[in-house]
Amino acid sequence: MPTSTVQKMRPWAASPKDRALTGLSVLLSVLTAILIVAVTPMKGKLAYFALFFLAWFVIDSLFVVRKQGSKGVRDGLAAKVTLFGAVIVSMAVFSILWATISKGVKGLNLAFVTENMREASLFDPIGKGGILHAILGTLMLIAIAIIFSVPMGILTALYLTEIKGRAVGLIQFLVQAMSGVPSVVAGLFIYAAIILNTPLRSSGFLGGLALTILMVPTVTRTAQEVLNLVPRDLREAGLAMGATQWKTVALVVVPAARSGLITATILGVARIAGETAPLLFTVGVFDSYNFNPFKGDQGTIPTVVWRGLMGGTPESVQRAWSAILVLLIVVLIMFVLARSFGSKSPKK
Amino acid sequence: MSIDAPVKVTPPARKITTKPRVSDQIFRAIVTAFSFSALLILSLIAIFLLIKGFTTFKEQGFGFITNFEWSVTQDEAGKEVTHFGLLAMLVGTVVISFVALAIAVPLSVLTALFLTFYAPERIKRILVTIVDLMAAFPSILYGLWGFFVLMPMAEYWAKLIHKWLGWIYIFDVPDPVYTRSPFIAGIVLSVMIIPIITSVSREVFSQTPLDRIQAAYALGATKWGMIRAVVLPFGAGGVVGGSMLGLGRAFGETVAVFSVLNIVFRTNFQILFTQGGNVASMIIQKWGEAGPSEVSALMAAGLVLFILTLMVNFLANYVVTKTVKSGR
Repeated sequence: MPTSTVQKMRPWAASPKDRALTGLSVLLSVLTAILIVAVTPMKGKLAYFALFFLAWFVIDSLFVVRKQGSKGVRDGLAAKVTLFGAVIVSMAVFSILWATISKGVKGLNLAFVTENMREASLFDPIGKGGILHAILGTLMLIAIAIIFSVPMGILTALYLTEIKGRAVGLIQFLVQAMSGVPSVVAGLFIYAAIILNTPLRSSGFLGGLALTILMVPTVTRTAQEVLNLVPRDLREAGLAMGATQWKTVALVVVPAARSGLITATILGVARIAGETAPLLFTVGVFDSYNFNPFKGDQGTIPTVVWRGLMGGTPESVQRAWSAILVLLIVVLIMFVLARSFGSKSPKK
Repeated sequence: MSIDAPVKVTPPARKITTKPRVSDQIFRAIVTAFSFSALLILSLIAIFLLIKGFTTFKEQGFGFITNFEWSVTQDEAGKEVTHFGLLAMLVGTVVISFVALAIAVPLSVLTALFLTFYAPERIKRILVTIVDLMAAFPSILYGLWGFFVLMPMAEYWAKLIHKWLGWIYIFDVPDPVYTRSPFIAGIVLSVMIIPIITSVSREVFSQTPLDRIQAAYALGATKWGMIRAVVLPFGAGGVVGGSMLGLGRAFGETVAVFSVLNIVFRTNFQILFTQGGNVASMIIQKWGEAGPSEVSALMAAGLVLFILTLMVNFLANYVVTKTVKSGR
C-alpha cells in the first residue's frame, strides 16, 4: 500500500500571484503620485511621498477587498499606516543627519580642528581659526563629569541590585525623577548654590558638576540593567566559596558586567556631550585654551555652536554647523562604541 | 600490638551568625550612602532655588504663577518696581508641549506598533538603532535643524493649515507672519520626544501577554483585529505614561525652543503666529541683562519648572510601572 504523500503547504506565505499584485499596486501608486503631482499645483518631495501613500492605501485596498472583504482592507490599512509612521520618523532622522553632514562639511578644514579662535572671530571668513580649544574644553568637562557620576551611578546601581535594602523603591523612584530634571535647572542650581555663595566663578569644574546631575541617572539606569543581567549563579557561587559579599561584588559581579558598565558610562557621556543650557550659566565662553578646570571660563563645542547660531551671519552659522558636525561625529563614535560593548554583555 | 587510634582534633564549632563581616558592613554603608546621592541632589536643587528665589516668592506671592506681567521699572523716586508673573510663559510651555504631543504621540505609537508587530527582523534592528540615535542627538542640533531646515518647510505647512482651518481660533493669525511660531517649536519638540514615547510604548506593547494574543488569533482575528482588541487596551496606560515622560522632557527643553521660537512675553494661543515662549527658554533669554531682583525671579521660575517636571515624571513613572505590572 503506497503511503500517501502529503504535499508541503505554507498557506500563510505569499503566493507568486499575491506578490505580483503587491508589486502592481505599488507600481500603480507610484504612477498615480507622479501623475497627480504633474497635473496639479502640488509640488515637492513631501507631496510625492504623501500622494504615494494615499494612492497605495486606495489601490491596494481595491485589490484586497475582492479576496478578503472589509476586514482584510482594514488589516492592510493598519499595516500601511504603521509603516507610514515609521517612515516619517526615519525621514526626520535622515533629514537631521543629512543637513548636519552636507552643511557642516563645507566649513571643515585642518585649521578648524587644530587651531583656536584667539586671533579670529566667529564672523571672519571660513578657514581662519578653529575650535580645538572648544574640543579640549568639552573633553575636560566630560572627564570631570565622569569622575563624579560614574562612581555615584554605579554605586547606586549596586545598591539597587546587590544590597536591595529597604529604600530600593524610593531610590528607584528618585533616580527616575532625576532623569527628568531639565538641563537649564541643573545650570541654575549650580549658579545658585556655588557662584552666588562662594568665591568660585564660572569654570570647567562647575560645568562638570552641572553635567554630573544630568549624567548620573543615565549611568545608574543602564548600570542597573546590566547588573541585573549577571546570572544569580555567579553571585551564589562566590558566596558559596566563602567570599564575603564585598569580595563577590568586587571580584565576580562587577568584572562580569564590566563591558556593560562601560556602555553605561558611554551612554551617559553621549547624553551630556551636547548639553548647552547648563554651560551658559556655569562655564561661560572663552576663545582660547584654558587648562585650569578650577579657574576661568572655558570654551566648549556647544557654546561655540550656540554663539554661531546667535551670531546670525553666514560665516558664524557655517561655524555652528561645522562645530555641531564635529560634536555629532564624537557622539556617533561613542554610540557605536556603546553598542559594540553592549553586545558583549554577559550571556544569559 | 596496637596502634593508637589517631586523636581526633575537632576544631571548635564556628559560631554561625547572620551578622555581616566588618568588610561587608563598610561596603554596605558606603554603597547605601552613595545611593542616597539622588535624594541629596534633588533636595539641594529645591533648597537652593527656593533660597535664591525666596524674595520673589515673598514679594509676588501667588501672583508669581497667576499674573501675566513681567517687568522691572523704576518709579519717580528711582525705586525699583518689579512685576514678576509667570503665567504667560506657563501657558506658552503648555501650548508648545501639547502641539508636540499631538504630533509625536500618533507617530510614536505607529512606529512602536510597526516595530513590535509588523517589521521584519532586519528592518526592526535598523529602526531601533535610528530611534536610539535620535535620543542621543544634542538638543542644540535640533535647534539648528529646526531653524535652518525645518522652518522653511513648516512655514509652508503653516500657511496651508491657515488657509484651510483658519476659521478655528487657534489656527488664525493676526498678521501673516508664520516663522518662529509655537507650531514650529512644537514640531521640533515632537521630534525630540518621539524616541522616548516610542521606546516606552514598544516596551509596553512587547509585554502584552502572549496567551491573549494567541487567543485573539485563535478566534480568527486579523493582525489589526488582534492589535485593537488586545494590544491597544493593554498598552494604553503605557502609551499615556510614555507620553507624559515626553511631556516632562518637552516642558524643560531650553536651547531648541529658544533657537526656533520668537520669545515674546505675552499669552498667545494662536499657534501659527510668530510669538510664544516657554519657561526654560525665557530663563535663558532674560538671564543676560538680569539685575539681582530679576535673577531671584528667574531662580523662582526655575524652581516652578523643576517642580512641574518632577510632578509630571512621578505621575508618568507611576502609570508606566502599573501598566507593565498588570500584564504579569
